[in-house]
Amino acid sequence: MAEVLVLVEHVDGAPKKVTLELLTLARSLGEPSAVFIGNGADNAKAKLAEYGAAKVYVAGDGDLDSYLVAPKAEVLAQIVGAVSPVAVLIPSTPEGKEVAGRLAVKLDSGVITDAVGVDDGFVARQSIFGGAFNVSSSVNRGTPIITVRPNSTAPEPAPAAGAEEQVSVTLSDAAKKAKVLDRITEKKGGRPELTEAAIVVSGGRGLGEGSNFALIEKLADSLGAAVGASRAATDAGWYPHTNQVGQTGKTVSPQLYMAIGISGAIQHRAGMQTSKTIVAVNKDPEAPIFELVDFGVVGDLFNVVPQLTEEIEKRHSS
Amino acid sequence: MNIVVCVKQVPDTWAEKKLSATDKTVDRESVDGVMNELDEYAVEEALRIKEASGGEVTVLTMGPDKSVETIRKALSMGADKAVHLVDAGLHGSDALATSYALAKALGTIEHDLVILGVESTDARMSVVPAMLAERLGAAQLTFARKVEVGDGTVKIERLTDTGYDVVEAPTPAVISVVEKINEPRYPSFKGIMAAKKKPLTTLTLADAGIEADKVGLGGSATTVADVAARPPKQAGQIVKDEGDGGTKLAEFLASQKFV
Ligand SMILES: Cc1cc2nc3c(=O)[nH]c(=O)nc-3n(C[C@H](O)[C@H](O)[C@H](O)COP(=O)(O)OP(=O)(O)OC[C@H]3O[C@@H](n4cnc5c(N)ncnc54)[C@H](O)[C@@H]3O)c2cc1C
Ligand SMILES: Nc1ncnc2c1ncn2[C@@H]1O[C@H](COP(=O)(O)O)[C@@H](O)[C@H]1O
Repeated sequence: MAEVLVLVEHVDGAPKKVTLELLTLARSLGEPSAVFIGNGADNAKAKLAEYGAAKVYVAGDGDLDSYLVAPKAEVLAQIVGAVSPVAVLIPSTPEGKEVAGRLAVKLDSGVITDAVGVDDGFVARQSIFGGAFNVSSSVNRGTPIITVRPNSTAPEPAPAAGAEEQVSVTLSDAAKKAKVLDRITEKKGGRPELTEAAIVVSGGRGLGEGSNFALIEKLADSLGAAVGASRAATDAGWYPHTNQVGQTGKTVSPQLYMAIGISGAIQHRAGMQTSKTIVAVNKDPEAPIFELVDFGVVGDLFNVVPQLTEEIEKRHSS
Repeated sequence: MNIVVCVKQVPDTWAEKKLSATDKTVDRESVDGVMNELDEYAVEEALRIKEASGGEVTVLTMGPDKSVETIRKALSMGADKAVHLVDAGLHGSDALATSYALAKALGTIEHDLVILGVESTDARMSVVPAMLAERLGAAQLTFARKVEVGDGTVKIERLTDTGYDVVEAPTPAVISVVEKINEPRYPSFKGIMAAKKKPLTTLTLADAGIEADKVGLGGSATTVADVAARPPKQAGQIVKDEGDGGTKLAEFLASQKFV
């Protein structure tokens, strides 16, 4: 059957949820092969097979981890050259999109980013201009390269062979120019990752000060949600920039998005508008966020949020 | 350091955007154009590097005649000269074609660094910088929230999912910047006057050595098959907090099975 390559996104070998989503999606288009780059493949193989990878290409040698995007595109180009897949699916993350872009140049193939679905014939569905238009597009030259947003498909297991194939890579000098000297982690642990979470609770300038993010965290924890923030909140240093939602932060598309004390500026909307259900709490009835909501509360968040959290906890314990 | 800043004119973020009915490209005529917001940060960063270590800043734009407005803005902020790649044959270029055309145009300008915004607000692909690095064989230093220029090297802090990476490369390099990097200046009156006298070179496809069949709608490797305005969202339910707003919201969440 036609081979569809899926680039594995992983943390020290543990595949991220988006990888399992892409394998699930790939099964509807052909036979998925996972491409694992970096260290830790042994931790990944079982999971990749469980979600339908017939083959797992592993490129783990050398010092691949010291470099960023360019070597990944080189590895993929090498595999595409060897096995001629019908398409390459890549997670639509900042790095994934860059890998896709470089791969497109190498293969002289079309690239489509931020797909929210891929149909027969590799027709990609996108939502553009902050959700104002639904677009479907396709690649007319080369091997379709499509980046797919997290949360676009529900991951479902479908065990397959997961046969390992080692890929030996010789990186070009050009791919080794940008070298990683250090990796700094600033993220707060414990909660689901923002782009992968089913529920996201975000706080904005309405919180008044950083310590009040405790209200947001408490609400998030009552729902098992991830915590997001508007740029006003990250710029003020109230919450880490890694949690910023919006045009220059992360794009999220959860089942439920809760905007607390956020006005709904266009740059914020750009990162959350495709969420399935949207609710907001804001004391200004004119706040633009209310144009998007399924349910909104006009009121002071310092009254509404504690009551809401308490109510959710009560319902969970009864 | 000689620096080229790639800036794009985009439809005003706040304007209602339209897609052309005939060829499904962004209708750039019917709405006001502005410099892509993120490219302002790229111009600012280029100017700061120049102010610290000398050299020249050239603005490069590919786009219709109207894009001159954006070029003028970059020049009035303080860039030294500009190159405008403008040709009817470019209309409808996708990312693959755009990166090819920009790379060709860059071939006509001497440079150590190319600085771009991390994303254009209309295409929103965030791929042109990486594609340019690939085409030029230059180091890719993208998603920078901090740039430090050394002697023949550049070091950046690259924003990541979990924090940032410190990445270093020799020049020439392609850099893209995020909005955390600086505060773009406003053009001064003096700057606006001076901009009128700054050199602006116009390039056609032939001038830049661009093969016509690799750009424009015909040369693009992606085809937009269908465009549909999303049906307007049903107006949501909005309640005023009368002391029970939190409870009401919890009831809504429960009715949707989130609780
Ligand atoms: C290039 C560029 C990129 C950007 N990228 C992003 C991005 O990625 N993400 C992003 O979010 N923004 C981004 N922005 C910024 C964006 O334009 C807005 O400035 C920002 O989103 C505002 O954040 P906010 O809604 O928290 O603050 P504000 O707009 O100040 O809104 C605060 C809201 O809280 C409400 N409020 C205040 N007190 C209370 C209370 N006690 N109870 C209830 N409600 C209350 C107010 O009514 C108000 O609506 C970007 C801007 C630029 C120029
Ligand atoms: N037509 C263009 N002319 C000049 N620069 C461009 C053009 N298109 C994209 N760019 C640059 O590439 C960046 C990323 O664009 P994109 O990949 O389309 O999101 C922008 O911020 C610009 O700096």
